[in-house]
Amino acid sequence: MFALESEDIRKTFGHFTALAGVTLSVERGEFLALFGRNGAGKTTFLKVAATLVRHTQGKLRVEGIDISEEPEKARRQIGFLSHNTYLYRDLNPVENLRFFARLYGLKEPDKRIAALLERVGLGRRTADPVRAFSRGLHQRLGIARVMLHDPSLILLDEPYTGLDANAVEILNELLDEASRAGKTIILTTHDLDQGLRGATRAAIIDRGKVVFTGKAKDSAIRDAYASYIRGGVNR
Amino acid sequence: MLSVITMLPALYMIFLFAPTEATQGNTQRIFYFHVPLAVIGAYGSAILLFTGCLGFLLTRDLMWDRFAACAAEMGVVFTTAQLLTAMMWAKPIWGTWYVFDSRGTLQIVLLLIYIAYFMLRAYLPDREKRAKLCAVFGLLGMVDVPINYLSIYLFRTQHPQPVISPGGGGVDPDMGKTLLVSSIAIGLLYAYFFVRRLTIAKLEEEVDYLSQVAAAHE
Amino acid sequence: MKPLAAIIFKDIVIEMRSKESISSMLMFGILVLIIFMFAFESSGLDKTVIGPGELWVAFSFAAILGLNRSLAMEIDNDCLQGLLLAPLGRGELYLGKVASNFTFMVIAEFIVLPVFFILNNLSFDQRFLGIVGITILGSLGIAAVGTILSTISANTRMKEVMLPILQIPLSVPVVIAAVEATSQILNNEKPEISAWLTILAGFSIVYLTVSYLVFEFAVEE
Repeated sequence: MFALESEDIRKTFGHFTALAGVTLSVERGEFLALFGRNGAGKTTFLKVAATLVRHTQGKLRVEGIDISEEPEKARRQIGFLSHNTYLYRDLNPVENLRFFARLYGLKEPDKRIAALLERVGLGRRTADPVRAFSRGLHQRLGIARVMLHDPSLILLDEPYTGLDANAVEILNELLDEASRAGKTIILTTHDLDQGLRGATRAAIIDRGKVVFTGKAKDSAIRDAYASYIRGGVNR
Repeated sequence: MLSVITMLPALYMIFLFAPTEATQGNTQRIFYFHVPLAVIGAYGSAILLFTGCLGFLLTRDLMWDRFAACAAEMGVVFTTAQLLTAMMWAKPIWGTWYVFDSRGTLQIVLLLIYIAYFMLRAYLPDREKRAKLCAVFGLLGMVDVPINYLSIYLFRTQHPQPVISPGGGGVDPDMGKTLLVSSIAIGLLYAYFFVRRLTIAKLEEEVDYLSQVAAAHE
Repeated sequence: MKPLAAIIFKDIVIEMRSKESISSMLMFGILVLIIFMFAFESSGLDKTVIGPGELWVAFSFAAILGLNRSLAMEIDNDCLQGLLLAPLGRGELYLGKVASNFTFMVIAEFIVLPVFFILNNLSFDQRFLGIVGITILGSLGIAAVGTILSTISANTRMKEVMLPILQIPLSVPVVIAAVEATSQILNNEKPEISAWLTILAGFSIVYLTVSYLVFEFAVEE
């Protein structure tokens, strides 16, 4: 079964076409790096997959579940991280994570919460309200939140933006761990090297369509990306 | 064209054919404008607005959003006209500009809802968001109308007020005929305006699109 | 704990820490009562006539404040999106927020109401209980329509200022029914409030249902 199957996904905002027919299949355990200019459609596609944005046409299945028909079931399998952390300032990390654990119906989450907080380096700040946290600490807690319900599909929208070096390292370690555990990861970024670091596969989106896919370790992706940046890809 | 044709005999009937009402004199003739404006204009628009909003929520077709916007616009115009005719009637008869009876209050609230709808439209620049949020608000607003009617009606029963309407006393058959003709005339006028406004709305959107495309090419 | 209960619990914990919502609604409500006191003191108008209206003006505007605060909290850090990612139906999310908003409104009103009674020299008898009941029922309607409208208004360029423009026309039935029922209870030995109770209950049921069904459109991106 594919972790994510998108068939001709289209999305228009009024007259603007954000996605012009994205057809993409991601196998279980793959780590896909998605590149593209601003406005190419990377974020929109990820949001459609996370059921935050409703697509205008097409079908998308997460772990075999059609997101239009059973969105709640699909959401259970998905973890989404963007530059917004979705954290409540007046609550401390434990309370924040407990809340999300309840939303996802996790039973007896306290052990897992404690372990995750330790893992992201927040073990000593568990009683402080998030209000007091720096941006970097915010992000780390955000990463813990994504992993909390053990999603099989992890979607990350430009996750490295605004992260300090420590947080980047922690994120990379966690992603590698998840990848080894068989989770599927889709990550969007501008930074070619950072994106390709842990990835098994890479793709480029341009103007709402996938214009290139290939193995991350191949040099083809670097050439394609270079020419894409210069303006235009050989389709 | 058709509406002009019906308007002429309607105007004739209103001013010359219908008998003069006993107590209210010629002022009563406002009735023949006021009632259709209220029923077709204010309440008719409410039904159309509800339909448009529901249509959009079910189909997500922007056509329904244009439909709803036109209905709301007609609603504002006709409800205002209806209130103005009520005021024109009230001053000579009652000596005051306005009387707070149940129907009048309902009309004012309806007008406020139409205006709120437009303010919402005005402050939502994104096309799709505007369509979605206005459809939701329009739906909620129109659902309010029957509840409003009921509550204002009950208010009136608890605080009895003189039944003041330009309807006057007695239903003279000639008056009935005049009312019918003027209703048809105003109804046709409404339909004409609505269809034209809908066409213009479609054109406005196309112009909008083209100007966006043009801007993108620069 | 079920997701819906989790939302209410979370809102209560946050409110207990920040105390922003209830305190601002409370202060505003009492200020409105005091303004009315000064404004109508010299007019010699019968307190029992103005009283019900005064009370519900205070409640209505305090409610708008509370609703805006509640939504502002979810917009901060885009928490609403976090809620949308959860395996929770949009309608359920709506009901959770209504429950939170309703709870805070009622808590603030339970403090404003005795102040109203004191300022108007009313004794705390049976009538007080009757008005408490009306307050609860009316607040449910206001919370039901206000929760979805605050979500809509937050998307506009005017943000929170748009809420009263949308909310007040729609809340007219609630205000009429609540004021009339309150007036009946204050002034009559045998208050006739069944019709008004029907309207209040009907309004809440209708709006809770319709909003539950269409909330998705209000929060979608």
